[in-house]
Amino acid sequence: MDELIEKLKIQIIEQLNLEDMEPEDINAKEPLFGEGLGLDSIDALELIVLMEKEYGIKIQNPKDGQKIFRSIETMASYIQMNQK
Amino acid sequence: MGKLFINKYCHIKNNKVFLDGKLVFSDDEVHDIKPFLKSVYRFLKPAYNKFFKMDEISKLAYLCSEYLLQDVDLSAFNKDDIAIVLSNSDSTSITDQNHQNSISKEGGFFPSPSIFVYTLPNIMIGEISIRHKLKGENAFFIVENFDAGLLTNHINNLYLTRKAKVFIAGWVNINNDSYEAFLFLLSPCGKKYNKGEIEKVYNQHKYI
Repeated sequence: MDELIEKLKIQIIEQLNLEDMEPEDINAKEPLFGEGLGLDSIDALELIVLMEKEYGIKIQNPKDGQKIFRSIETMASYIQMNQK
Repeated sequence: MGKLFINKYCHIKNNKVFLDGKLVFSDDEVHDIKPFLKSVYRFLKPAYNKFFKMDEISKLAYLCSEYLLQDVDLSAFNKDDIAIVLSNSDSTSITDQNHQNSISKEGGFFPSPSIFVYTLPNIMIGEISIRHKLKGENAFFIVENFDAGLLTNHINNLYLTRKAKVFIAGWVNINNDSYEAFLFLLSPCGKKYNKGEIEKVYNQHKYI
């Protein structure tokens, strides 16, 4: 799980162009939206694409996104449970 | 009804930034627009992380507007009364190409929302409006070259019909060979404004 969390941090920094940010700057338990990383709605779409492209996971119900993308930790848990 | 004046103007091209005709920043160490824009950002230190998510042309428009508005108290005006009128010749062609590349890759169709969202030139107006919470009239024109007559006609119409009292206007363009941003601020104070004066300040750096 720790390895996956670190990988996700790197992928998110790259995919969302979070320049000047290092993986160690991100707290895996911190909220991704609003406070914390302060991501926006376009970033949410980018995360959905990342899940499909990198992990083959399609998020069918957009409402699930709120739980899945709460933090990097919740993303990692969801990937572990759903990756084929 | 009052009159409009040229309050400030900013010109960015060939690794140089001019504010009101004076050179305020240059970086001859970089040879590409990407590092140059980053260099301008680092110099200006606006602490606006959204900058890093923008495409190159929005970064250029944003930085030019930051210089233009850095000492201007926009709170003196109603945010509905501040209009943005921009123009260019190449629309968002570089980002359009990036988007095309992102959907042409072998191994899957994964369009990037953060690239796609920048495939319309009026996103530059959006970025400036978000930064300064502006809600006034806006327009974006695609024309072959900088056209002071086109811009001033539209501005004068908006002003005379009382749709706006302050204007951020100009030209922001990037293509494979060059980049250029020229923005001017029109407000109730400043120096003489008309089509000829706009042409004059634009042409100050024609050969740089």
